[in-house]
Amino acid sequence: MEHTKYLVVGSSHAALEAVTAIRMHDAKGSLTLLTRDPHLPYSPTVLPYVVSGRSSPDGIFLRDEKFFADNRVQLKRGTALKALHVERNAAELADGSEIAYEKILLATGASPAIPPIPGIDTVSYHVLRTLDDATKLNAAIKQSKQAVVLGAGLVGMHAAENLVKVGAGVTVVEMAKQLTDGYFDATAAALIEKAFTDNGATILTGSRVVKLAPSSKGVTLTLENGTTLEADLLLVATGVRPNMAYLNGSGQLVLHDKGILVSDSMQTSVANVWAAGDCAQAKGFFTDSKVMNAILPDATEQGRIAGMAMAGDPGLKTYPGGVPLNTYHFFGRHAISVGSSKVPEGAEVVTRFDEASGRYLKAIFKDGCLLGIYGVNEFFDAGVMCQLILRRIDLSAVKQRFLAEPMKVGREIMSKTWR
Amino acid sequence: MAMFGGAYNTIAFDAAKCDGCGDCMTACATAKTGTVDQSRSRIQIVGSEHDGFELALCRQCGDPKCVTVCPAAALTKNGDSGVIEWNASKCVDCLLCTVGCAYAGIALDAGSGHVAKCDTCDGAPACVPACPHQALTYITTSRIYNEVGDWEDLFAPGLAGCQGCNTELLMRHTLRRVGPETVLATPPGCVPGMGSVGFNGTTGTKVPVFHPLLTNTAAMLAGIKRQYRRVGREVNALAIAGDGGASDVGFQSLSGAAERNEQILFMVVDNEGYMNTGMQRSSCTPYGAWTSTTPIGKGSGGMPSQGKTQDAKNLPLIMVNHRCEYVATASTAYMQDLYDKLDKAIQASKRGFAYLHVYSPCTTGWRFPTDQNMEVARKAVETNFVMLWEYNPKDGLEFTRPVDDPLPVTEYLKAMGRFRHLSPDQISHIQGKVVENLAFVKQMAHRQSA
Repeated sequence: MEHTKYLVVGSSHAALEAVTAIRMHDAKGSLTLLTRDPHLPYSPTVLPYVVSGRSSPDGIFLRDEKFFADNRVQLKRGTALKALHVERNAAELADGSEIAYEKILLATGASPAIPPIPGIDTVSYHVLRTLDDATKLNAAIKQSKQAVVLGAGLVGMHAAENLVKVGAGVTVVEMAKQLTDGYFDATAAALIEKAFTDNGATILTGSRVVKLAPSSKGVTLTLENGTTLEADLLLVATGVRPNMAYLNGSGQLVLHDKGILVSDSMQTSVANVWAAGDCAQAKGFFTDSKVMNAILPDATEQGRIAGMAMAGDPGLKTYPGGVPLNTYHFFGRHAISVGSSKVPEGAEVVTRFDEASGRYLKAIFKDGCLLGIYGVNEFFDAGVMCQLILRRIDLSAVKQRFLAEPMKVGREIMSKTWR
Repeated sequence: MAMFGGAYNTIAFDAAKCDGCGDCMTACATAKTGTVDQSRSRIQIVGSEHDGFELALCRQCGDPKCVTVCPAAALTKNGDSGVIEWNASKCVDCLLCTVGCAYAGIALDAGSGHVAKCDTCDGAPACVPACPHQALTYITTSRIYNEVGDWEDLFAPGLAGCQGCNTELLMRHTLRRVGPETVLATPPGCVPGMGSVGFNGTTGTKVPVFHPLLTNTAAMLAGIKRQYRRVGREVNALAIAGDGGASDVGFQSLSGAAERNEQILFMVVDNEGYMNTGMQRSSCTPYGAWTSTTPIGKGSGGMPSQGKTQDAKNLPLIMVNHRCEYVATASTAYMQDLYDKLDKAIQASKRGFAYLHVYSPCTTGWRFPTDQNMEVARKAVETNFVMLWEYNPKDGLEFTRPVDDPLPVTEYLKAMGRFRHLSPDQISHIQGKVVENLAFVKQMAHRQSA
């Protein structure tokens, strides 16, 4: 049986950061990277831009073959993990072969969650999580005249914008009362919605599809209120679900809930098994309970911590807890969210909105410290804001100035505090 | 992604010199956007007159978070220049890089709709010459790390110096630079004491080394150099001597060799005393300093003993008065300056006598923590307690690192234990001497260059 000291499963941000972190501390230990994807590593986050044609499918790779050769990493592409046998430290692959490992990182990411709508298995639809999904969707949108996007998260909204731009009629159907729920508040969502409706899209929030059926054009969707929609292109973007089906058999010893449960050093309930990125469920910064925080910056952070822990790097600092961080670019405008969207008891919410310019700012404070900040068309340094939150810096003395000019005051504090 | 390991040039900011005029931002905006809109500058001065000015600028991190969070492979660290490069054709304007950076080093440029960051203008940053107060400098010291690191270390590993010894650093750097075609003289002192002349019949160097007397170092080395020249072989004749061996009992030999313009390079490691034999005072020990022969105590005859009662001899100025081919003072806290001078001294020693005086703090003899050597060396310069200058007969004496706004000398004195006992009168004496010495050297610099 093939044997490797470190087995990293997955090939996106968390896995790649782990590889770098392992190699920083252990230049020689055998290292194998296993991915179900046939391509070189890429980011799921870039895929909407492959769909739009802005990014060339061969220009998005985060590493090349040379990187893996230079770092003495054995790269196994197009090979999924089928089962984890923790009792004998072996990974069983889809082709039936096995790799024995000393330490394993599960950075297997997530896959689209397909809602159990009656008839969904009778129609053809798109999802967007892999590069192959993106190239297929890229070809399809050029033909589309009338598209429906299920789900108004960032993936769905990106795709909807692309469809609008190629001239298709687009309807977005979202169960929640607002679009981009969980990322942006109602005011920001309204600004985003207006940008879409101004460009000809139809947004149906608070709406549920109850039936799907094939039709001559493609798909007929029946909504809860009885109306029907026709679509020649259907994109299902109703969220993602961690990939962890390989935790069957003795893999069940790796405890999991919504995702794989990990400690502050990304270690699972099995001592030589780590998990990071979109498949991991780790401590939240604002709560002691373990949460899913499936965002790119967190994946890199978790991957780096996992890699350092696996290699025994004494420089390891434990995970401070996930802080939600999102940026969203739409029709030439941008929205940024940093921190908690929940308003705990005793917290203060300050908003500022200039209707003429469409600039919107919202900040949440508690005991003088920033908990969250959101902006539409109001640029501030999200990385600096995140530090203000993580370091629990008391902003009481500068609060009014901070709200007026968050970018400027954030930079002043940065330059005096953690420069 | 490149594998990192080299050192890079960098833009440095001295907050104390910045008055917030914004000229750097105008220069950057002009160079990068063709406008004078300071909000579009990639270097951002923040803060106020009241709180002091500071900087938001890409630090060209060695472990760049902006690169790791970019989903589009649009940011890469250039392994050769160290600059984090932005690829416009790959960028998707997602702004995630601004989430990754905790230093506001990459931000949205509203004018272009894309992110923008400092690229150091390909090694000639427009902001640096635009600063009217020299608050911005482009530091190119990385050359020392990258090039010198590849040169052969001509001292044996495992020299027996004290922990945190500055002299070991100095001699390893010097010998690397001077190279293998060298004959080395190391008179009694810390340099042979820690092993240059070796143990048990093997030398501590990979070049010929000898151990002259304190009194005859320059004379012996001059003789050896002459013999090599007579047989037609080009070698560097290098002495690394202590201040005791040079300024006290070795002085007549040193002065004689300088007067005869012998083709040698004489380096003095000035740790201001006989540190190797137990920290006795030398003529280079400064006023007020504790040594084992200028102790602190009740004294005798009603005269309390409060450290050395005389001022230090200024040996490098005496050497200037020999009109040597080259004379300079240096400090390991200013490596670029030291290397520039070493290069010039080696060249000068091919024509005649070259003298390099290096101020070298001694953790054991001066009583400061072993990790503070560079800090003490730097404070000596920042307070003008020592001055960095160079001299040659053609150009005269010039300061190489003038200190415009010196710190009070107490900042230097309090960094070590040998001055702990000083009375206010003694401190004001030392501060007075600093002012006097500066005026004296300035006058000399003025006269020589006039």
